[in-house]
Amino acid sequence: MNTTRTIRVDNLTRVEGEGALYVKIKDDLVENVQLKIYEPPRFFEAFLRGRHYEEVPDITARICGICPIAYQVTAVQAMEDAFGLKVDDQIRALRKLIYCGEWIESHVLHVFMLHAPDFLGYADAIEMAKDHPEIVQRSLQMKKVGNQIVTLLGGREIHPINLRVGGFYKVPEKKDFAQLAERLKWAREAALESVGWAASLPFPNFEQSYEFVALDYPGEYPLNEGRVVSNKGLNIGVHEYDDHFIEEQVPYSNALHARLKERGSYFVGPLARYNLAFERLSPIAKEAARAAGLGATCLNPFQSIIVRAVEILHACDEALRLIDEYEVPNQPSLKVEPRPSIGHSASEAPRGILYHRYELDEQGLILDATIIPPTSQNQSIIEKDLKYFVEQHLNLPKEELTWKCEQAIRNYDPCISCATHFLRLEIERES
Amino acid sequence: MLPQIKRKPKLAVWKFASCSGCQLSLLDCEDDLLSVAGAVEIANLPEVSRTMAKGPYDISLVEGSITTPAALEHVQEVRHNSKYVVTIGACAMSGGIQALRNFKDVREFTRIVYAQPEYISTLEKSTPISDHIKVDYELAGCPVSKEQLIEVISALITGRTPEIPTSSLCLECKRRGVVCVMSAHGTPCLGPVTRAGCGALCPSYNRGCYGCYGPKERANTASLSKHWSQLGATEEQIVRVFRGCNANAAPFKKESEAHEHH
Ligand code: SF4
Repeated sequence: MNTTRTIRVDNLTRVEGEGALYVKIKDDLVENVQLKIYEPPRFFEAFLRGRHYEEVPDITARICGICPIAYQVTAVQAMEDAFGLKVDDQIRALRKLIYCGEWIESHVLHVFMLHAPDFLGYADAIEMAKDHPEIVQRSLQMKKVGNQIVTLLGGREIHPINLRVGGFYKVPEKKDFAQLAERLKWAREAALESVGWAASLPFPNFEQSYEFVALDYPGEYPLNEGRVVSNKGLNIGVHEYDDHFIEEQVPYSNALHARLKERGSYFVGPLARYNLAFERLSPIAKEAARAAGLGATCLNPFQSIIVRAVEILHACDEALRLIDEYEVPNQPSLKVEPRPSIGHSASEAPRGILYHRYELDEQGLILDATIIPPTSQNQSIIEKDLKYFVEQHLNLPKEELTWKCEQAIRNYDPCISCATHFLRLEIERES
Repeated sequence: MLPQIKRKPKLAVWKFASCSGCQLSLLDCEDDLLSVAGAVEIANLPEVSRTMAKGPYDISLVEGSITTPAALEHVQEVRHNSKYVVTIGACAMSGGIQALRNFKDVREFTRIVYAQPEYISTLEKSTPISDHIKVDYELAGCPVSKEQLIEVISALITGRTPEIPTSSLCLECKRRGVVCVMSAHGTPCLGPVTRAGCGALCPSYNRGCYGCYGPKERANTASLSKHWSQLGATEEQIVRVFRGCNANAAPFKKESEAHEHH
């Protein structure tokens, strides 16, 4: 006799944006998994047409309130690529610094407020705070340090106003960093403890073989720029991105699915960066990862919570290094001369590679824009993970299986506003 | 003045088309978050909690603009189940950055972004919450200021009227002693017609205001455009400056349209 069961979550929580999950199980096999993103489309790529290059960082920031810096940095770098500009090393350093701030703020939010409650069985961090007040309080203060970096360099934490094509509107003095550096040293200690804490959480045995894709820049852990590489031999310049990746539309989702033309689904984000660039983590982060029992390779997406904690530590340490070596650049920004051109850039948003491409005219007006956020790239991997996970755990009671599926989705910290330029869970079982 | 709520008020947060930045402002109140969470019962905050308690709610914070047929219905339910509806941010108050579609053909937009536009269900215009339901209080900003957000929530809990300034950004510049970018560098700035709230952020970074907080009351946009023209701004530039995160707010919309077909 055929049996069909479904699991459905109509309103997936603790993710950014609106989405749902639907899983159909027939005869102990998962027949269908759909991560449905019903977040309404906002059409950024369409209304960017006709806008002036200078406005683009401020417009694209509004795609996502969690990672506006990723959008701003990628947008300005793409314009600079188009106009043939090369910014001063210290401008580059300031961009990396503000990006570290966003990693810290975004990762801390996800690790402690969105993901940890799954491992410990709480509905949310507020409930968790009743039993673990010091952990939650400490995480809020770590998050605050990330936000302080963004505010110092960007003016405010959400939709900062200081980044521009060619540099910054205003650059800080060396002395402006004194207080922040002290807070960062505290945060680095707190991050170090967090790695051990994250590693002590209970993890299901769950490993798959993935194609990890991340940026590659000589001598640096992936952050603001680099070639696009994978563990299966991909190694391309950013301008070749369109030749190797395609975005497909699926009927049940408002978000496009990105795929590698040759091999299909792939994985971006903290786990991809870690596996491809472990050696380039700062020494303190590498050591903490080893001490936590994590090798140079980690194939269990549930352990991404440890990897995020390692990246928080790395970002704190890197931020301190950048502050220490900072010298006020000769000028806050370069003079920009627009020309008819095409520019590309990719950077490592907290959730993975973010790609922008712009075509501009002689006045610097946008003719065409393409933006591929990390969540679009991870959608099909998330669906694959769910298929395997559900097949391995068919005996779990429905309530528990549903929660575990949600957790498996949160492994990717999906950001749905980004992907539509959210989530509901539905599991259907034939039984 | 809102009547006082006696028991622990039930707070819900609803999202429509938005970037989530305004509700994240709540999480960015790191020092006050747990005390706010202690003063209310968080009944619906899906980006943070799996708990989704049924209504009615005492306070609903609404983020985002209305852009889909489903949202049209949902927002009515929110009103029906809530004692106070407070909108947070430019999306909810004026339609947000996504209201840029209002000036174009949305079918054309769908075709630019999606290969099979027939799968996409969307309305032609992005509209503010107050176009559809009665709103008790509107908090401006893209994003809202976290201090103002805490002020509005505390005011509602204690039953007083929130103290939020309604003057222009120009006054904030003067108060902070920020040099006027328009008179000093001839940089076009929306400060004279924009509501205060950000602390004169952009001018203090040597750039012109781009209107995150939307039009102040009785904004004289026409005289500002005239001034910009004298500074050398083209008609196209004037249109673009008014078409930002508050493009659909009536005074900004009218002004941008006045310069469009010359
Ligand atoms: S008003 Fe601005 S910050 Fe708030 S949700 Fe809309 S786009 Fe995001």
